[in-house]
Amino acid sequence: MATLEIRDLRVTVEADNATKEILKGVDLTVKQGETHAIMGPNGSGKSTLAYSLAGHPKYTITGGSVTLDGEDVLEMSVDERARAGLFLAMQYPVEVPGVSVSNFLRTSATAIRGEAPKLRTWVKEVKEAMERLNMDPSFAERNVNEGFSGGEKKRHEILQLELLKPKIAILDETDSGLDVDALRVVSEGVNRVRESGEVGTLLITHYTRILRYIKPDHVHVFAAGRIAESGGAELADQLEAEGYDKYVKGGASA
Amino acid sequence: MAEAQNIPVGSTTAGQIAVAAESTVATRMSAPPSFDVADFPVPHGREEEWRFTPLERLRGLHDGTAVATGDGLQVTVEAPEGVTVETVGRDDARLGKAGTPVDRVAAQAYSAFEKAGVITVPKETVLTEPIRIAVRGEGGVAYGHQVVELGAFAEAVVVIDHTGDAVLAANVDYILGDGAKLTVVSVQDWDDKAVHVGQHNALIGRDATFKSFVVTFGGDLVRLHPRVAYAGTGGEAELFGLYFTDAGQHQEHRLLVDHNTPHCKSNVAYKGALQGDDAHAVWIGDVLIEAKAEGTDTYEMNRNLVLTDGARVDSVPNLEIETGEIVGAGHASATGRFDDEQLFYLMARGIPADEARRLVVRGFFAELVQQIGVDDIEERLLVKIDEELEATV
Repeated sequence: MATLEIRDLRVTVEADNATKEILKGVDLTVKQGETHAIMGPNGSGKSTLAYSLAGHPKYTITGGSVTLDGEDVLEMSVDERARAGLFLAMQYPVEVPGVSVSNFLRTSATAIRGEAPKLRTWVKEVKEAMERLNMDPSFAERNVNEGFSGGEKKRHEILQLELLKPKIAILDETDSGLDVDALRVVSEGVNRVRESGEVGTLLITHYTRILRYIKPDHVHVFAAGRIAESGGAELADQLEAEGYDKYVKGGASA
Repeated sequence: MAEAQNIPVGSTTAGQIAVAAESTVATRMSAPPSFDVADFPVPHGREEEWRFTPLERLRGLHDGTAVATGDGLQVTVEAPEGVTVETVGRDDARLGKAGTPVDRVAAQAYSAFEKAGVITVPKETVLTEPIRIAVRGEGGVAYGHQVVELGAFAEAVVVIDHTGDAVLAANVDYILGDGAKLTVVSVQDWDDKAVHVGQHNALIGRDATFKSFVVTFGGDLVRLHPRVAYAGTGGEAELFGLYFTDAGQHQEHRLLVDHNTPHCKSNVAYKGALQGDDAHAVWIGDVLIEAKAEGTDTYEMNRNLVLTDGARVDSVPNLEIETGEIVGAGHASATGRFDDEQLFYLMARGIPADEARRLVVRGFFAELVQQIGVDDIEERLLVKIDEELEATV
């Protein structure tokens, strides 16, 4: 069973000619089949955690360890992490002009699976996955994220999640900027992947809204660069009622 | 985070639309067009038409010191049946009819060549195979002139393929009879040291269609002037270009579409990728709509993709309109950067860095490559793009 283990992870970022510590010792274990929601106020370091796990060059790891099934993730390049089974659905997916969605998906699937998917089954696979996410077939011929609406970008991220079948999926504020209909469609996509039992999900969100559609097994409150409190789904209800005030006041400056 | 950074260091884009009595296209040149090299002063580098060009790398083409070596160049022509291929002397009346040299090197080429090539496709002859002109440099200095003339309603594809090493100044005339259709692919696939300067003049007959692909990969310095004028109404020109500028290379394309006749169309699209230190691409796109050219429809576009630090693009679209009675006129220029965020996004989907770069560059060029319509050239370009990318990754 795939396990992502994060131990005492410390991360800094360079900003305005100064080094700022964003993550101050994060401990978290995510196992295949589990869903963890990470909730926290803006600036608490949630997205930094997501991007650091994926290997974004902007972030410097200064301490701690991250392993996937015992393998040292921090030693891997960004593409190696993806091929090892980590997937990051981004809050702000990047436009890649000149590269069509269909070409991108196939190139990515080829890299992740280690061989080119058979054309015939692949076309069907993509078509069906797009239909489930209410995506128009013409979408495949557009350039990656170019001119996509916020909702289209997020559907496209979840489409990749469904096609690439990672061991660990990190969803960075996938719910932000979505209307209720889009949120439902996207959540259903995440749930289909979760129901396979093959993926461990790390759901990063500012709002409790998405947790009505995606039920977490564990909820963690993230504040001031570390996990301030962990609990079950009931912790989300408490946050819904009380907000983040007690964590922001009690913690260091966010 | 994850904001795309679109303006790379070391790129300029300056554009203007002039609606004025005085032609900026004309005033930009330091001397009027002439076939005689003596009519042009030796450039010092500050002239508008020379300011982007490193004169010291022209190997004497600009100041009269580059003397033809006699064995510098092998030109072979492969033509389907029905086409006339001739080598003629300087006094042949068919030379120089499509346009007059606009700078000193083009005039030097016209003043210095000894023999010229003339390829004629008779009227109403429709070729099914391309005419291929292989220009192979063998390390010498050469001057040349080539004419390609299509009779009325003739149709042809011409591929001019430049390889090897040479210091070459050569002009090409394309003359299209009424209703003729000519597609030209000029490939500059030179070795690293080559210098190639030339002016390509197209004179488009009534209702004729001219389609040009200028593809520049190689050379130390390549500076070309693709130019179009119309001999009758209803003419159409499509000028496409691709360039891949590597470390240390200077590749300059200076276009002029002279809408001197009513009811003609032009569409210009040039795309370039740059990588490496001191890679320098220059694109000048001049479109002139003369007062008499009512009903003109024109658009020009230049896109650049900067793959690494240290490369520089100068892109100058210039549209000059002397009549308001036109269908449309526009221009666009943009220089983007293949940035770390795009690379991160593709890599985060398992795609290795070199493949990510290839995906983006192939995608960037694909729409132009696909329009060439000559299979072996299209394939070779894609292979060439991959080779260029592998050279640095």
